[in-house]
Amino acid sequence: MSTDIKMALRNLFRSPVRTMLTLSAIAFASLILVFMLSFQLGSYEAMVNSSVKIHTGHFQVQAKGYNEKQNMRFAISLPNDIAEKLDKIKKIQAYTFRANGFSLVSSKNRTRGILVTGIDPEREAWVSTIKTLVRKGEYLDAKDRDKALIGSLLAKHLKVSVNDELTILGQGKDGSIAAGVVTIKGIFSSGIDEFDRASIQIPLNYFNDVFYMQGSVHEIVCTAESLYDVKKITQELADDLQKDQKGRDIVVLDWKELVPGLVQGIKLDLVSAIIFYIILIVVVAFSILNTFLMAILERTKEFGVMLALGVKPSRLLKLVLMESAFMTLAGVVIGGGAGALLTLWFMTHGINLAGASEILKEYGMSGVVYPKLSLISALAGPGAVLLITLCAALYPALKVKKLVPAVAIKSA
Amino acid sequence: MYFELAWRNIWRNSRRTLVIITAVVIGVWSMVFLGAFSRGMLNNMLENGKSVLIGDIQIHHKNYREDPSIDKSMEQAEIIRHLLKNNLSKNTLWTERIKVSAYVSNARHSTGVTLVGIDPVKEKEISFLGKSIVNGNYLEPNDKRGVLVGKALLEKFDTKIGKKLILMTRSKSGKVVSKAFRIRGVFKAQMESTEKSYLFITMHGARNLLNIEEGISEISIKIFDDQNVDIVAKMLKNNIDEKLYSVETWKDLLPMLEAYVRIFDGFMYIWYVVVFIAMGFGIVNTSLMAVFERVREFGLLRALGMKPWRVIASVLTESTFTLTVGIVAGNCLGIISVFLLKENGLDLALFGKGAEFFGMSRIIYPVLTLTDVISVNSVIFFLGIIVSLYPAIRAAQITPVEAMRE
Repeated sequence: MSTDIKMALRNLFRSPVRTMLTLSAIAFASLILVFMLSFQLGSYEAMVNSSVKIHTGHFQVQAKGYNEKQNMRFAISLPNDIAEKLDKIKKIQAYTFRANGFSLVSSKNRTRGILVTGIDPEREAWVSTIKTLVRKGEYLDAKDRDKALIGSLLAKHLKVSVNDELTILGQGKDGSIAAGVVTIKGIFSSGIDEFDRASIQIPLNYFNDVFYMQGSVHEIVCTAESLYDVKKITQELADDLQKDQKGRDIVVLDWKELVPGLVQGIKLDLVSAIIFYIILIVVVAFSILNTFLMAILERTKEFGVMLALGVKPSRLLKLVLMESAFMTLAGVVIGGGAGALLTLWFMTHGINLAGASEILKEYGMSGVVYPKLSLISALAGPGAVLLITLCAALYPALKVKKLVPAVAIKSA
Repeated sequence: MYFELAWRNIWRNSRRTLVIITAVVIGVWSMVFLGAFSRGMLNNMLENGKSVLIGDIQIHHKNYREDPSIDKSMEQAEIIRHLLKNNLSKNTLWTERIKVSAYVSNARHSTGVTLVGIDPVKEKEISFLGKSIVNGNYLEPNDKRGVLVGKALLEKFDTKIGKKLILMTRSKSGKVVSKAFRIRGVFKAQMESTEKSYLFITMHGARNLLNIEEGISEISIKIFDDQNVDIVAKMLKNNIDEKLYSVETWKDLLPMLEAYVRIFDGFMYIWYVVVFIAMGFGIVNTSLMAVFERVREFGLLRALGMKPWRVIASVLTESTFTLTVGIVAGNCLGIISVFLLKENGLDLALFGKGAEFFGMSRIIYPVLTLTDVISVNSVIFFLGIIVSLYPAIRAAQITPVEAMRE
């Protein structure tokens, strides 16, 4: 066995330039794949996290139909019953109640129709990052009543600042007119334009009075300890609710259902990128197929002699495959390793995409993207390269089996 | 004779040449086809972005974009109308709008929208609206109480054609004004968010609601292929009082799309280069092998008095042939596959919501532009020649003495 390994290695170094070039092609492809995949996964995670942390949470409990229609009447009338169930599930980190109503919000001389959200200031801070995003003024506290937090872009549009008054005019849950006056306590800026442009948050108890909610809420927003626990928890909770007569009209929605565009957008991006990657790998495979082919064809005579000396064709095949495997493996390891190092460096330093910050903002990301090296991003690309290049090596290797010693020795 | 020699040389080992040509063909095909496909996606995003009320150029009150309210409307529209009539070419289309933020409700539902007062006749030709009425009728110019509603909003509000909606907004004096409008028709847009966030009424209706006689919020201009947006915009800027009005192109109005176009172009070049490098290793290797197995031959040629630069030229000619065959075949394949998809496009139904998330339609048609094809081919050709220099120089370095030792 060790003789075979030695022979394979020596054969590889018979033409060092050729071996190095082939190795570089494989390494290059592996490097690109590791880095690009890590970059994509990193940005997806940032997209999901910013959306989850700022607003939607990992999953929500809502009345059936509320998510599609946003109709005020589809509310959970006894939120505390569900809270009891949530308390029993260990992996839930935090939850909070919210209620929403579309209203005409006016300042002294500006008006906008937007969604007013009632939040429980204390609990909200456990679930979302809103508290940390307050740039001017202060966050709400538990005793506040007619106070409000508004987004920075909205504040600009309404031409208001902290301590100014806003009038809220909307429709209560029972269809009657809901009206109230609130004082701005804080202004937040999340960096997501959509959110900063169209949100105003007031204390839940005040919302309850103004909109005649009678203690009901629209969303119970929950966060799990980790994104990976969400599936199990939502399943468990949904089963639990099904058992209860009152739970029939209540649904559990995870972030994928709450922001369907985000998930499908990620999928679309991933699939189109994978098509690009496959083409890259195939191009690499073809450009190194020649090396494999030559390495065998130019040694026809040598193989003929070996066969004549009694080397079994299967051993010859093994030798040839070992040569390709060594080369491919070395390329994949070097490329994958370099790719991982490059990614690690950018993981701490970030990639500054100053030119793209407008776009990234739209998707809820800042101008600096951090790639994320994971087991998948580190292994998937090089793995695919390894597989396809080994397949490319198989065709020339199988030619060895067909050699006839007498004919092979005579060839030039 | 040079060419004949080179051509015969590359076919001396036809299998090797075919393999490397295949690599080039796949590379070129992928660049042409995926390039056209991505260009299609991008154009689609652009068209979608522009057709929703943007157009090519817009004119507003100087401060309207910062503060889109009725206070910032253009009072002396007559002057601008006159200017447009005199300065724009005949086939340029333009329309006036009143655009304010409003609050819409019926007995059970309410939401915030952008209310647009339009000139139904002109609007039809400019924005998506004219072609998008799926139910009921389009607005008549003198209809004071009619409103067009997006399909998604109609469904959300559990309402139908002929029913009433209450529109509420702020008038110029700061008072909240409201009036009931009757749903005349339903429009469907490429994106659900458009259907949910816009309501259309006539100019008369808007003036009636807002209690104003004159004044418009924006003028949207659509120009045709033979004109350059930037040139027309510059011409308008020179003729308009910039202290009062602002003239902006879609690039200013949709900075995100503009940035996207630039990043996309950059990305495509990076992609071309990445694929090329993968291919380049193969090209160098193959031509290097072709050189090394002919050491005796090159030695003989040198001994017969061939100049080193002619050796370089002959090896480069061989590479050029290989590259050219690959490039031509790759382009043909690429163009054929683009034409095959041109009819029906590629349906992204699987990622419908995802496409919408990026502002695209579900069906994407590939778009082949001459610039893209030329840049693909020149990247491959020139880089191909550059990397072939290495084996060519190696061949020229072979001396007769060295060759004899073989």
